[in-house]
Amino acid sequence: MTKSHSLESDKKTIYRPKSATLVLGIGILFLLISICLSIILGVADINLSTVLQGIFHFDSTSTAHQIIYRLRLPRALAATFIGASLAVSGAIMQGITRNALASPSIMGVTSGAMFTVSIAFAFIPVVSNTVIMLFAFVGAGLGAALVFLIGALSKRGLTPMKLALAGTAISALLGSISTGIALRFDVAKDISFWYAGGVAGVQWINVQLLIPVAIIGLILAFFISKSITILSLGEDVASGLGQKVGFVKLLGTIVVLLLTGAAVAVGGTIGFVGLVVPHIVRFIVGSDYRLIIPCSAVVGALLLVLSDVVARLVHPPFETPLGAITAIIGVPFFLYLARREGRGL
Amino acid sequence: MLSSKSSKTKLFIVSTILIVAIICVFFLSLNMGTIKISPIEIIEAFTGKGSTQTFNILYNFRIPRSVIAILIGIGMAIAGAILQGVSRNSLADPGIIGINSGAGFAVILYIFFIQGSVFQAGPLSVYIMPFFALIGALIAAALIYVIAWKDGVTPVRLVLVGIGINAAFGALIIIFQLMMDPRDFTQATIWLSGSIWSASWSYVLALLPWILILVPIAISKFQSINLLQLGDNLAKGLGVSIERERGLLLLIAVGLSGACVSVGGGISFLGLLAPHLARMLVGPKNQRLLPVAALIGALLLLTSDIIAKSLMVGSEIPVGLVLSCLGAPYFIYLLIKE
Repeated sequence: MTKSHSLESDKKTIYRPKSATLVLGIGILFLLISICLSIILGVADINLSTVLQGIFHFDSTSTAHQIIYRLRLPRALAATFIGASLAVSGAIMQGITRNALASPSIMGVTSGAMFTVSIAFAFIPVVSNTVIMLFAFVGAGLGAALVFLIGALSKRGLTPMKLALAGTAISALLGSISTGIALRFDVAKDISFWYAGGVAGVQWINVQLLIPVAIIGLILAFFISKSITILSLGEDVASGLGQKVGFVKLLGTIVVLLLTGAAVAVGGTIGFVGLVVPHIVRFIVGSDYRLIIPCSAVVGALLLVLSDVVARLVHPPFETPLGAITAIIGVPFFLYLARREGRGL
Repeated sequence: MLSSKSSKTKLFIVSTILIVAIICVFFLSLNMGTIKISPIEIIEAFTGKGSTQTFNILYNFRIPRSVIAILIGIGMAIAGAILQGVSRNSLADPGIIGINSGAGFAVILYIFFIQGSVFQAGPLSVYIMPFFALIGALIAAALIYVIAWKDGVTPVRLVLVGIGINAAFGALIIIFQLMMDPRDFTQATIWLSGSIWSASWSYVLALLPWILILVPIAISKFQSINLLQLGDNLAKGLGVSIERERGLLLLIAVGLSGACVSVGGGISFLGLLAPHLARMLVGPKNQRLLPVAALIGALLLLTSDIIAKSLMVGSEIPVGLVLSCLGAPYFIYLLIKE
């Protein structure tokens, strides 16, 4: 009795609405500035007045306007929504599993998507953008489901170590099969383009599919945020407080699959956003998911839009893979968590 | 002492069966390929009676390839066994904890900056590449050890940090790989997946010294590994200078995996599977485990290479992929059972 009591007081939620308002305010401001930067900067620099003209008085004969409308705008929007989706699904994963290392890239999501996308490239004669997205969506779910399955089958559940290892093993397995398919059917280059392409080749059709799914996912995430806070105190506490634990977990998993599926389908492999952002946000606003989820969305979007600008500017006119940029930001953070052996929630 | 005697007999039987199996698979591997060569033709070729073409295929392509498979199998298995013993973690494998990707990154850098755009090893490169791979592997291992160090190194921290380092090197590899032209890109993908497609006698010569020197040292150190497996306190109490022995053993493991990666690419899971299978056969004592693991490693890689050669005729799939497809499910099984 004393033990569970001390656990409860140990896990008291910290609720800092003022910090959260500040994060949201400054975050949205910086996000808007970054989106402008993302539209202005690139191989061809475009000045701000042309950008505004291009948005409000579109002139189809102007090259600059064409670049803005066809390339830069969808790209910036995609980065925004992918960043928000990944960060929020990372936050939900961490809340539900009570595991500091939980995040889309650790959970086999991207390798699952790569697996199904390589099947699509190899076996479907003419692959459209929409088909690739659909396959990636299914694959993302498959990868996550396999890792969760390993957790469910093993006796002591998903410890941080087990989660990381299960994710690595599933990634190795699915990655190997996809590489095999890629080499056998000579589609390695197509797949790597999708895999590491980030948001460089995003078209309006992708954005039109991404945004509704992402918005539905984000709204759902906000609605279940209170339940996730309670669940993050521990399943015993949550069911003691009268929560339907299984239902909340199911709903959370659906939201995670919607968000990561949409993000991976458009952006390919972009790791560590979902791992890093919720931790940074939790550090500032406390452990209440009603604040963590909206703030993660804004900070995640900001991080990804900025990373995409960096990816463009490192080695112009070549695009540095967006996933590599986020990995270089994210790995030191992962190592910091690893040093604490996955504690930190 | 009856048990010791019976386990010696067991070791003898197991080793004999494994060696016979390796010899059989070795001849099978000479027979397999685009052109089938029957055992009689093989004998004829080496007694000088066969056609020169058959002799050429055997001598210049198939024999060095199979010899390399055996050497890499031995090296990776010993490296894995050392890592598992020293870290007291049955899931440690040079491929999973980032040592292979460190070596792979160094080789990619070498190809990208020094060798030029063509992924074709010249005679000198064959001998230089192992050193680059070794430096990469050493840097990766040092990074893992230093970052995981906090009043000592716990097995959990070691593996978690290793996974992070693996991700970092993976990201760096992708950056450089995407700057290559398409042909080099595909070649680099094949190499990184683990492949012995470019086998020749010069690779055998480049790899052989590492195996000949490091494997006997590792096996002669069996007592230290046995003691380290018991735990730091117990080992210290028994008079082992822990950090020195552990450092030396880790260096051997890193040297072996670096040399193997430079020739065979990123072959994962072999260092995991071989020691586990050996432990099932002859138990955890390293004086028996290490030699048996080496034999199993050789047999596994040789067999996987045959599967890789024959699975899809015309386009060979890298042998590392075959091993991952065998190894990953076993790894998952270990995770669930643990």
